[in-house]
Amino acid sequence: MAEQIYYEDVQAGMEITPLAKIATSLMLVKWAGASGDFNPLHYEDDFAKAMGVGAPIVHGALKRAWLGQLMTDWIGEEGRLKKLSCQYRGMDYPRKMKTMEEPHDGETWWCKGKVTGKHVDGGDHLVECEIWVENGKGERTTPGSALVALPSRGAL
Amino acid sequence: MTEGSLITDELRALIGVAWEPAVFKIEEGAIQRYAQAIGDPNPMFNDPEYARMTRHGRLLAPPGFTGWPVREARAKEKLFDTLIKAGGPPRILDAGVEFEFFETIGAGDILTATLSVASITERDTRLGRTMFTAAETTYLNQKGDLVLRSRSTLMQF
Repeated sequence: MAEQIYYEDVQAGMEITPLAKIATSLMLVKWAGASGDFNPLHYEDDFAKAMGVGAPIVHGALKRAWLGQLMTDWIGEEGRLKKLSCQYRGMDYPRKMKTMEEPHDGETWWCKGKVTGKHVDGGDHLVECEIWVENGKGERTTPGSALVALPSRGAL
Repeated sequence: MTEGSLITDELRALIGVAWEPAVFKIEEGAIQRYAQAIGDPNPMFNDPEYARMTRHGRLLAPPGFTGWPVREARAKEKLFDTLIKAGGPPRILDAGVEFEFFETIGAGDILTATLSVASITERDTRLGRTMFTAAETTYLNQKGDLVLRSRSTLMQF
């Protein structure tokens, strides 16, 4: 894991360390099992067509979970996630599998973010962030925000 | 029901009514499978030995993990069904979520989740006339502390 980040290290405009993800049909199967979301929208071609999305789409909640990882990776073990929100604006379609382990070539998604502000509230050193998942074309399909509390060097 | 509105009387009757609470345990293996599905190698979510050495003393739930099946998912399925049976449009999608974290959730916790429909609204979107349902779920732990509040938005068209 990366070194612990402190409140004093961050300022508005700073980039959150990006996180790359590749959604595959395999990952969607694992997610369905791990989350218990068995909506056929995410694995049945005909059902997805009838729902108006064309083909099985990546679970919104999986993209939200990626954004959770983006934040927990960045804030480290001493940081605390206070709020996380996102909107499922654009559909994302997983890569299909070529072998048992390897997906076909295709899109890579990036979870990204930047610091929009920081303030101290009571004993909490809070940092506000804008976060999003970006598809292979650079479109933000899943914009959101996060509020985190970071440790302060002053409080050591 | 006003002329041309998607919101039936049955739908309106759902607003503000709390559902029967669900009680469930946060299991270590379920946390690990969840972290593996995302592809998150963080030892706080994967390695019980490591986690025991930290101040938390146990595996923590990744943000948004609230037991298996994830209550968000189970409640959502039931909510999808309820909204469609109450006369909402047949095509339904998850539009977003907002989590507010108050206390740590970790392996061994027993949570009580209570869902209620906060609001049902409608407006025109690129999908045509669209109905938006906002559902709020509060999660208390075994000590009675509020640990998490989530607000989900579903869209139907």
